[in-house]
Amino acid sequence: MGTSTAVRRVVFDEERCKGCELCINACPKGIIHLAKHTNSRGFHPATVEDQEKCTSCTFCARMCPDTVIEVYRDK
Amino acid sequence: MGELILMKGNEAVAEAAIMAGCRFFAGYPITPQNEIPEYMAKRMFAAGGTFVQAESEIAAINMVYGAAGAGARAMTSSSSPGISLKQEGISYLAGSELPAVICNMQRAGPGLGGIQSAQGDYFQATKGGGHGDYRMVTFGPSTVQELVEVCVDAFDIADRYRNPVMILGDAVLGQMMEPVDLDQAKVKPAPAKPWATTGAKGRKPNIINSLYLQPEVCEKMDYHLQEKYREIEKNEVRVEEVYLDDAEVVGVAYGTPARLVRAAVEKLRDAGLKAGMIRPITLWPFPSASFEKVVAGTAAEAGTGNRVKSFFVVEMSSGQLLEDVRLAVAGRRPIYFHGRMGGMLPEPEVVLAEMRRLLTDPAAVGGEYGLNYVVPALKPEAVAVAVAGAVHARGAGDMGGTGGGAR
Amino acid sequence: MSTRIFGRPESLATINFHYCPGCTHGIIHRLVAEAIDEFGVREKTVGIAPVGCAVLAYNYFNLDMQEASHGRAPAVATGIKRVMPDSVVFAYQGDGDLASIGTAEIVHAAGRGEKITVIFVNNAIYGMTGGQMAPTTLIGQETTTTPGGRDPAKSGFPIPISEMLGKLPGAAYISRVSVSSPTHVARAKAAIKKAFQTQIEGRGFSMVEVLSTCPTNWGMTPRQAIEWLEKNMIPAFPLGELRNWEKEQGQEKAQGSQVEVKH
Repeated sequence: MGTSTAVRRVVFDEERCKGCELCINACPKGIIHLAKHTNSRGFHPATVEDQEKCTSCTFCARMCPDTVIEVYRDK
Repeated sequence: MGELILMKGNEAVAEAAIMAGCRFFAGYPITPQNEIPEYMAKRMFAAGGTFVQAESEIAAINMVYGAAGAGARAMTSSSSPGISLKQEGISYLAGSELPAVICNMQRAGPGLGGIQSAQGDYFQATKGGGHGDYRMVTFGPSTVQELVEVCVDAFDIADRYRNPVMILGDAVLGQMMEPVDLDQAKVKPAPAKPWATTGAKGRKPNIINSLYLQPEVCEKMDYHLQEKYREIEKNEVRVEEVYLDDAEVVGVAYGTPARLVRAAVEKLRDAGLKAGMIRPITLWPFPSASFEKVVAGTAAEAGTGNRVKSFFVVEMSSGQLLEDVRLAVAGRRPIYFHGRMGGMLPEPEVVLAEMRRLLTDPAAVGGEYGLNYVVPALKPEAVAVAVAGAVHARGAGDMGGTGGGAR
Repeated sequence: MSTRIFGRPESLATINFHYCPGCTHGIIHRLVAEAIDEFGVREKTVGIAPVGCAVLAYNYFNLDMQEASHGRAPAVATGIKRVMPDSVVFAYQGDGDLASIGTAEIVHAAGRGEKITVIFVNNAIYGMTGGQMAPTTLIGQETTTTPGGRDPAKSGFPIPISEMLGKLPGAAYISRVSVSSPTHVARAKAAIKKAFQTQIEGRGFSMVEVLSTCPTNWGMTPRQAIEWLEKNMIPAFPLGELRNWEKEQGQEKAQGSQVEVKH
């Protein structure tokens, strides 16, 4: 199955994020960064634009203290 | 009538608790209540419940909190110093609205005090004891039979109002043996407890908690508790009135001293003297109405509307019950007080002699033994103020604080 | 077509946690909830929240919960478990709650072998009250009540609770883990599951001590705090199992078979 740009492997619930960066610390691919914008609570939420590079390893989600992150894997 | 059996007070209250459906008991050894946990250790497992000898009184009351929160009828017992340790847990029970029964077989204090009978924990039991604005229904039984009956009543009230209930006994009551008819105690089945933490199966989670960080929410909870306490005051007063219809001097006592006052009253009646008695069985809610009906009107009217000339309060403490009597009487009659402390019992002869003097020669009152006070009646013009003040102090007013709930 | 392989466990409520950014309480909550989900016991589980930063934990789990007074969670857990022996009961406690004001309760719950699970979150500081010394504060660690660093001559030594409890016959499973990296989180999850398994199988008392961070009161960013934990806390509080009924059974079996060989 060819990868489509529509496939999102990590989904961040931006409103829950407190911008602690523990996911950034954990990501072996270095693809997570804090967004320029802020969420309604004033935090810069973590985000991934380069979904293609994500391997669905779940490290970011396992380190997230606020259950911001859902991880999907292609079937 | 069932079979009369000879039982020690401590054992009888334990058996009554099991009869009432208590299936969790946690306690810690302290004299003079050790027969309660010992009896529970023997009987509770066979009754399908659990006994835990806790590491401290603090742990015991918190085990009771957990068990009560899970829906069980739960109990702990101790004696004065141990009851002090339980106050934090009792406050949490009150704040979390959990039903539980706590039995205090009082001993002398303060501090380590002594192991003989005393009643120095009256304020602690009836005025809150732990932190925060709460009330605990408090029973002050005076016989082993009554200990059994109030124990069953205590579990029922605790469940109906979701509130801790204390049985305030004393060392004599716990240690003495008397014939008991267990069948006289009428057990009511526990109500359903849909709020209990039994596992969130097919419903939203239940939370047992007393933390309200927002003051608006916390005050709302406090109002709710106050409304509940007013309901309890309305419905759950237990009192024995003896010869009140024509009494001229009314003895007031609970627990062991009530036995002495009762005996004195009977002897005085035998001699043709008009003695009577108000014996609070619930110390909170206090039977203010029993006083109100014999002191309505001013002192000057005594002997016309009713005959009560004075009250005689006897305690194994320094005038704690006396304060509630003062609030109820509100200056309308003089109150005489006789108290012993430190584990000393009031002497039957002294109680009888004092009460006789009150009836025949009030000027001569004031024995050489013990602590004796006279709280004089107020002048008629001050009575109205005192009555209004007493109503306010009793908290019998409605939530608006207008004092409308006076009984 | 893609499938979700990681998300919020059912035993965790959807409400946002109040914890500071990067505080690892959130990770530990999630691990507990995952374990409960994976054993399929959500509907018969009762949790106990402590006093301290996790005081609002009763709102964060999608479970029946009771709030305990400070340090008394193991006593409350005892009461619940004894009247509902088939339930799963866990107490969630911090270091001040468990290792200071609640030492009697935790020691005796373990001593009695209560079939409960305790999650002991050790971040070496009082978080909720603003960063005072905890019973687990490291030697030299700066707190608001150990200005200049904890000096044993003035403030005594940190208390190794897991080592202490590991000596008790009533303790069936005692483990110390960390949540400072994805690998550590995976190990912590395995330990928490083992603890719940210990309870569900009625083996005795179980506790998992989880080394945790407090970026706010340590005065660090969350990433610095993780680094500080690994560099300072793990050497002071070595990770690993201090008690495991399963391994002890294995040893007994091995010893038993040796005896047979001799005969």
